[in-house]
Amino acid sequence: MNEVIIIYAVTLLLAWPLGKYIAGVFKGGTGTGGTIFLPLETGLYRLFGVDPSQPMSWQGYGKALLKLHLVLVLIVFGLLMAQGALFLNPDGIDGMSWDLALHTAVSFLTNTNQQHYSGQAQLSYLAHTFGIVTLQVVTPAAGMAALISIVRTLLSRSDKKPQTSSDGTISVGNFYEDITRAIVRVMLPVATVIALILASQGVPNTYEGAQTATPLDQTAGMAVQNIPIGPVAPMVAIKQVGTNGGGWYGPNSSVPLENPTPLSNFVETVSIVLIPAALVFALGFLTGRRRLALVVMGVMVLMSVSLTSVAIWSENQPNAAFAGLTVEGANLEGKEVRFGATATALWGSWTTQTSNGSVNGMHDSFNPIGGMIPMVDMFINVTFGGIGVGLIGYLLFLLLAAFLGSLMIGRAPEIAGKTLEAREMKLVCIALLIQPLLILGFSAITVAFPALTGNSNPGFHGISQVIYEYTSAFANNGSGFEGLGDDTVWWNVTCAVNLALGRFIPILAPLAIAASLAAKRSAPEGRGSLGIDTATFGLMTLAVIVMFTLLSFMPVLILGPIAETLALMS
Amino acid sequence: MAALNSVFVCRSASWLAAARAAIVFILLCGGLYPLLVTTVGSLLFPHQATGSLIVVDDTVVGSELVGQLFKAPEYFHGRPSAVDYDPFSVGGSNYAASNPALRDRVAEDSQTIALRYGVESSSIPVDLLAASGSGIDPHISPESAQLQAERVATARGITVSQVNELIVDFTEGPTIGVFGQPRVNVLRINLALDGKEASD
Repeated sequence: MNEVIIIYAVTLLLAWPLGKYIAGVFKGGTGTGGTIFLPLETGLYRLFGVDPSQPMSWQGYGKALLKLHLVLVLIVFGLLMAQGALFLNPDGIDGMSWDLALHTAVSFLTNTNQQHYSGQAQLSYLAHTFGIVTLQVVTPAAGMAALISIVRTLLSRSDKKPQTSSDGTISVGNFYEDITRAIVRVMLPVATVIALILASQGVPNTYEGAQTATPLDQTAGMAVQNIPIGPVAPMVAIKQVGTNGGGWYGPNSSVPLENPTPLSNFVETVSIVLIPAALVFALGFLTGRRRLALVVMGVMVLMSVSLTSVAIWSENQPNAAFAGLTVEGANLEGKEVRFGATATALWGSWTTQTSNGSVNGMHDSFNPIGGMIPMVDMFINVTFGGIGVGLIGYLLFLLLAAFLGSLMIGRAPEIAGKTLEAREMKLVCIALLIQPLLILGFSAITVAFPALTGNSNPGFHGISQVIYEYTSAFANNGSGFEGLGDDTVWWNVTCAVNLALGRFIPILAPLAIAASLAAKRSAPEGRGSLGIDTATFGLMTLAVIVMFTLLSFMPVLILGPIAETLALMS
Repeated sequence: MAALNSVFVCRSASWLAAARAAIVFILLCGGLYPLLVTTVGSLLFPHQATGSLIVVDDTVVGSELVGQLFKAPEYFHGRPSAVDYDPFSVGGSNYAASNPALRDRVAEDSQTIALRYGVESSSIPVDLLAASGSGIDPHISPESAQLQAERVATARGITVSQVNELIVDFTEGPTIGVFGQPRVNVLRINLALDGKEASD
């Protein structure tokens, strides 16, 4: 229990100064850290051939983001299919099939890192570093850039007239400046520090190929043991800190080579929530709305602690299949002795709250209620959430709450002095409703054709496996009920669709909303305005989130984990 | 100003800018960053860099971080593994609690162990019957080691107290008393039983 409290405390205490630093980085001018990083950044802008001071409209910003992503996905897709014939491949690994390469490339492009392959056996060092690690650094930076741009445009308190881009529309900033600063000043330095700590704990850190050992007990039937290694530490660090989640080894951070000690587990767990939480504080520092940032943080911590507590309680209950066959103890199926049930349940809950998706134990073997919590976390997806996109998602709920709240007190809907009208609310609804539509729609189709499911577990849990997979894809999470046989054309292609829509609609719609609101005339915020930085409004937002999630997903939770629990009790 | 503008040849949202940025980011994030970490990290921590291998008499006998399959009675045995301790196919059972296959496996193992050690099934530690997530968990709980002490002692013709002393020596507690669980590294304690010393 102390372990959990310490991890929560350390994470939030580190997030505060990091949030302040991040806000400084994006505060215009050369920004915090400019004296060190600006020369490197200027060199990069020259290589791109772009002028970072050129303002962009929201469409221009969105196009620049999409074009960069499209080029990256094409390169990585090609790399994955061709890796067998390329260099940095000491273990002689073959190229991927077209559908697996498509799914993998899109999955990492969308900051999801859902894996239908096992890295140690199916990716060369070239694909792992130049392909996967690149996307693991660039995609959280893209999410951060989008968030900063939206926050700057939507919530900026300055009375200055908003900047306009060359064609006279509202400027939301320059995409290349934002993403470059996010990479150079935030993602790479933080990842480097964590990578070196992990390297000290035993995470492999070399370009040498697999090692061969002669096991001690030669009567046990294993004459040699081949141990896959590689440049694992830099990847694991950025996977943890960038809400990526895609590990070097198939079972992720449950593998002792990827997460060797309780200390590495502590560092990796803190890394999951560190930057997402820092961005909430950054919101306050960047806009001068510190009370709003604290209220948002309060709501997120409340959701996080409640759901995590249930997961920890559940995993400390015995696994029903072990009843009467062992000492009555916590559920250890799919868990590691060095971590135990509590640390694994904490990780399982945090990794799904943040759209990280790494695991240090197998969620498929969690008790039914313990396995339901990650699903609920992913339905909500704004308890910290993915880097950038989590807070953007929260802002959507905040707009919805402001709309409903204004109507409840009989005022014209408004936020930060700007009126909320049909255009903005339509965009909010599109961004929110596409989630249940896609998850439930695809799950229904897949469950209707049992040949497609690839279930490894029978009964109600089989339904949970399918729902978990699409939820994870849309939430850009990447964890899974991993028994699912998901390397098929059906799973690869339909998940790729969910991945892409789940990433880009929730980024682009809010960007359009922010620009649309910024273009309106601002009424001064005064005593009559809706106070969005009060505890009451925080609870209102929480109520909207809970209601929305329950209305959308309660029926499938009953069909899956709740039915499984009841069946086990009877 | 004209000179400066000539540097920025692309409109910010152009395809050419996207292609150039993509290539630069790949070299920076996929090339330079891992190369830097790997170089510095392997200089600072050379033993860990290549997988924390254990070398005895110039032979690599395994890794501190990778469990092995033990079946002979004179060795401590590890946890059940869904992949027979093959590090290239790491994984857990991924059985749900409601899956009858899990109940069958646990029941069979429980019976075998209860018979082997002459104990009630209700006193078998959970970790000795639960498959790990990685399939290569190098540890067992101290309780699981104690259960095996008498068998190991008999097979080796040494006293149970000698084995128990070894278990105490090889039990690692939670880090700074808080992080993680008490555990025994199976390969390392078995090497000690054989009197083999790692030359690192």
